[in-house]
Amino acid sequence: MKLIVAVIKPHRLDEVKEALQAFGVHGLTVTEASGYGRQRGHTEVYRGAEYTVDLVPKIRIEILVEDDDADQLLDVVVKAARTGKIGDGKVWSLPVETAIRVRTGERGPDAL
Amino acid sequence: MEAADIAFVVICAAMVMLMTPGLAFFYGGMIRVKSALNMLMMCFIATGISSVLWVLYGFSITFGDSVNGEGNGIIGNFDYLGFSGMLNVEGADSLLTFAVFQLMFAVLTPALISGALADRVKFSAWAVFIALWVTVVYFPVAHWVWGENGWIGDLEIDGASVIDFAGGTAVHINAGIAALAAVLVIGKRIGFKKDPMRPHNLPMVLLGAALLWFGWFGFNAGSELAANGTAALMALNTMVATGTAVLGWLAYERVRHGAYTTLGAASGAIAGLVAITPSGANVDPIGAILIGLVSGVVCAWGVSLKYKLGYDDSLDVVGVHLFGGIVGTLLVGFLAVDETGGYDGGFAQFAVQAIAAIAVMAYSFVVTWILAKIIDSTMGFRASEEEETAGLDLAYHAETGYDFSQAGSGSVPSSTVPSTADTAAGDKKVDA
Repeated sequence: MKLIVAVIKPHRLDEVKEALQAFGVHGLTVTEASGYGRQRGHTEVYRGAEYTVDLVPKIRIEILVEDDDADQLLDVVVKAARTGKIGDGKVWSLPVETAIRVRTGERGPDAL
Repeated sequence: MEAADIAFVVICAAMVMLMTPGLAFFYGGMIRVKSALNMLMMCFIATGISSVLWVLYGFSITFGDSVNGEGNGIIGNFDYLGFSGMLNVEGADSLLTFAVFQLMFAVLTPALISGALADRVKFSAWAVFIALWVTVVYFPVAHWVWGENGWIGDLEIDGASVIDFAGGTAVHINAGIAALAAVLVIGKRIGFKKDPMRPHNLPMVLLGAALLWFGWFGFNAGSELAANGTAALMALNTMVATGTAVLGWLAYERVRHGAYTTLGAASGAIAGLVAITPSGANVDPIGAILIGLVSGVVCAWGVSLKYKLGYDDSLDVVGVHLFGGIVGTLLVGFLAVDETGGYDGGFAQFAVQAIAAIAVMAYSFVVTWILAKIIDSTMGFRASEEEETAGLDLAYHAETGYDFSQAGSGSVPSSTVPSTADTAAGDKKVDA
């Protein structure tokens, strides 16, 4: 199994969710996150005092998938999240040892 | 006063009353979350203290006849102590109407100073400061300007006497320069120029500015003490100058910082209101536009001085009230028009305006500085470092402004949850 983690722009969440559903993903976890990449943050002005805000709002999505689907799913997420502008985010995958469905106790791929 | 005038002025007094809570919101939104309540309370406490002192002796020493008699008066006498003999005399209706209207000025003026000291002073010390400051600074200065035989009111150069219709010198220059003196004594906030000190709630700032703007109609138009054309002109000019000052501040910001900010719009409004306060009854609406524009730009520039010069005027009382007050007080020297009340702009008028402004600045700065020093060296003016860092709300009020602890877990109605107030406040000693 693999864990796909995507950090994306907040307003792309709906597109990514729809793309994942179309692909057949049953569940996902979404977290509000903040951070920066190459674009760094933005500047805010209060009565002439300029503050640099480094950490900008992001959405972090986590999806557990079977090994065979992982590569394809990475592409699905990237395609849905992309705006072409700076700050679109990153997607990566990690190996997962096991997963358990809490309600039934099913393990491994059955739990997905 | 006619009945209609009394009705008008009493309603104006109620409008001015709303300015102090409005100011609390204006300032409160600009402060960081951890001291937001303290900011509101610094303004609110002024209503209590000044109201009591006004009745006890404030009205008497402000509007009683000068103790030194004819002309050049420094301070009023004690004839009206405790409002004695004011209730059942001939003309009591006018006297009481005037007293309640002017009371609101005595409440607002010290509250204005709180913005400069925000976020770092002991609440008890602030309360003592207000009581002392209105006594030795506001009441005398208001007497100079508006009192019977007050020396600034009586000043005359080539037939030109001081124009301060609703309080450019007595209120705004006075509070602005006092704010500067006080911050020089108490020092900068921890982290000034290093930590971001962003406003915690800009919608609240705009709401406060709007309440101030509304109340200011009472402040300015009511100062005519009659429902007549001068009051109407003052109301019109109040609107016009304020609108223009918003534009002036925003234009300055757009050029200088690349954005039209909400805080700038709110601040521009206050700058315009301040500047038109002394001058609005003596200029035509075009003059008001000019005063508004200049005050918007000058105050937008003025607030940047604290970073250049290094004094920590937290919420720009100096930048807005002192600078705005000076702009209005001096410009009317040139812009006053004859048809509004027998005044005419010119060098003599300008000179007399400048003398009034400088005299108030000198007196208020020196006396406020001494007062702040006395408080600082006796009871201590500043909060402890720990209190300041943690925020003043818990330290002095045993409350916090906002409860974020339930965010995202709203399945249990809070009324069914046992009170946590005891544990939250702990056995904390409250200094109040």
